[in-house]
This record gives sequence, C-alpha cells and structure tokens, in this order.
Amino acid sequence: MVRFELFFMCAVLVACQTNKKKELQAQINPKETIGELPVYDFEGLQPLLEQKNATTYVINFWATWCAPCVKELPYFEKLNEEQKHNNIEVILVSLDIPSMWESKLLPFVKKNKLQSRVVVLDDPKQNDWIPKVDPDWSGAIPATLIYNKDKRIFYAKPFSYEELNIELNKFTEL
Amino acid sequence: MKTLKILICLGLVGLFGAFAYHSNEIKDGYEIGDYAMDFSLKNIDGNMVSLSDFKDAKGFFVIFTCNTCPYSVAYEDRIIALDKKYKKLGVPVIAINPNNPAIQPKDDLEHMKKRAKDKGFSFPYLLDEGQKVYPAYGAKRTPHVFLLERTDEGNKVRYIGTIDDNYGNAAAVETSYVEDAVDAMLAGEKIEVQETRAIGCSIKA
Repeated sequence: MVRFELFFMCAVLVACQTNKKKELQAQINPKETIGELPVYDFEGLQPLLEQKNATTYVINFWATWCAPCVKELPYFEKLNEEQKHNNIEVILVSLDIPSMWESKLLPFVKKNKLQSRVVVLDDPKQNDWIPKVDPDWSGAIPATLIYNKDKRIFYAKPFSYEELNIELNKFTEL
Repeated sequence: MKTLKILICLGLVGLFGAFAYHSNEIKDGYEIGDYAMDFSLKNIDGNMVSLSDFKDAKGFFVIFTCNTCPYSVAYEDRIIALDKKYKKLGVPVIAINPNNPAIQPKDDLEHMKKRAKDKGFSFPYLLDEGQKVYPAYGAKRTPHVFLLERTDEGNKVRYIGTIDDNYGNAAAVETSYVEDAVDAMLAGEKIEVQETRAIGCSIKA
C-alpha cells in the first residue's frame, strides 16, 4: 500500500512537471529554430522577460561578435551551474545577426558547451523593442536584466563574477 | 551680528547645495537641441579634420563607427550611400572611430586606412584619439549617428540614433530615420522621429 502511494505521488509529480513544461512551451512559439536553438521575434521573447513565479531570471543579451559579452559569458554559466537548484535561471539571449547563426553562433555554443538556456532574438524593429526591455537602454551590449516577480533591474554594462553575485543577492535575500 | 552670520551660513549652505544639485545634473552626452562641440581629429590621410573646415556645410552626419563591429560593417554601404546623396545637398558624413586601438587593435589607424580603401569611403574617417569626443557627444555604441544642423549659434543636434529600421537587410528597410530627419531639416520642417535606438557594439574605452 505504501509502495502504491509512493508510486502515485511520483506519477502526480511527473505529471505536474510535464504540464508545467507544456505550459511554458505553449506560451512561446519560436518563429524558427536553428540547430537546437529557438529563434524569436520580440513578441515571442517577451513572455520570457515577464514570468511571475518563484524563480529569479538572469537574462543576458549577448552575441558571439561582442568581445566583452564573450568575456563575461563564463560568469553567467558558472552562476547558472551553481544556482540552478536555488530557483535561479540564466537565459542567454543571442543577438547574433542571421548570417552568423550557422557560421558563428552554433559552433560557439557547441565548442563552449553552453549549459544555460540559449535563445536567439531576431527582430529588426529594434527601435520598437529595445525600450520595452528597458526605457534607458541605448541598445549597446553586453546588457543584462535580472528580475523576479517582485523586482526588476536592468544593467547596461559588463559584469565580473563578483559583481554578478552581488547584484543577484539583492534579489534573493529576504 | 549673530543673525548676519547665520544668514551668511545659510546662504553658503544654499550655494553649496545648488552646486551639488547642479553636478547631479551633468548630462550623459548631448540631447536634441544641444550644441555639439567641434573637434580636431586625425583622418586616415594623416590630416586633421574639424567641422569648421567645411565652410559651406549646412550640417553633418557625425557617425561613430568602426572596422570591427558587425553592425557597423552591415551599415558601411548605407553610410557611403548617405554621404553620396547628402554631401551635394550640404550635409556630409563625418565618420569617427571611437574605439581605443590598445584594446581593439583592428581599430587602429592602419586598419582604418585599409578598411576605408577597400570599401571606398567617400568621407573622412577619423580616430577619436584620447577618446574625448565620443563621451562628449554621448555615443554609446557603434554605429551611432548624430545629425547636426549648422546655425549661427553652433552645430545644433537634430537627430540621435540609428540609420534605419533594418540592420540585416537594406532592401527590407521601411523607415530610414536619418533620411527622414535630414530631409525635414533641410526643408525647415519639424523632424518627426528625433531619437531612435538600435543594437550595436559597446565602445571599447
């Protein structure tokens, strides 16, 4: 009987998990995929910037051609690895231009074995969507948005690993 | 006497307060309507170039751009076209590379010369040596355009932003912000869109 209960609970848990995943996927449909990576226009990406749940999201805007972005990327990867069980998720939003997806972006993701979730944002109407990410953003990268259901801060600057943790602490301490 | 001292103290406090307040107000570069500084920067031909050298200009496209940023590269042909179209109307392109070659070696004067030659730049391509000009303008990325109108009071900032609304595909452009702005400026009409944003490469300081 105990065994059956355990099995039942597991089944429920699994079902919930799958449901949650399905829900998230239903929310956002990529306009295409390149390799394993979903490609969004801003409308498609926007739900990822406005999730209201227990997770704190670290959204990093980057590109393979952006040297300071590539430099700080390992800090985001490290953060994701260390904090993924603490309700913190890193999402790397690539702004690589379409002609670089096959030649630069996919090889980069593979070579560096990126573990964080990587998505591609391809939306030429930048003047429309940049202010929706943050009213003060000029559009220069690297740029990072940290948010959870209570708080939202945008950083138009590169990070060191220490600075990243200091900023993240502002979101996680009670 | 005592009252006077108190009054003087209060006055001083007020004065310092005003200074402190004022220093908080220091702007992060130019806004629309500000007058932009002139400069004297080295061109790829070795000569120094200033805005005041262009005696007959009605204005300028001061464009912060570089060799190494893919967005700058994507816009090179459009910047050349802009210069060809508007130089004869009195508004030439002045391109300035704001990057520090010590950090980004491929943005040094030699690489600038080569890039300008390969692409056939029809405009001055200047190096912001010492990196004093781009912070004064408030350029944040490459490419970043400042449209200036020459007036009796100075070079007035009329438009700040990107070139058009499609970096990836010149053929799919729906709005050319810079052309709309300069056409309105030359016609003496109101510029509808005075500021735009775009993704670009951060400036390597």
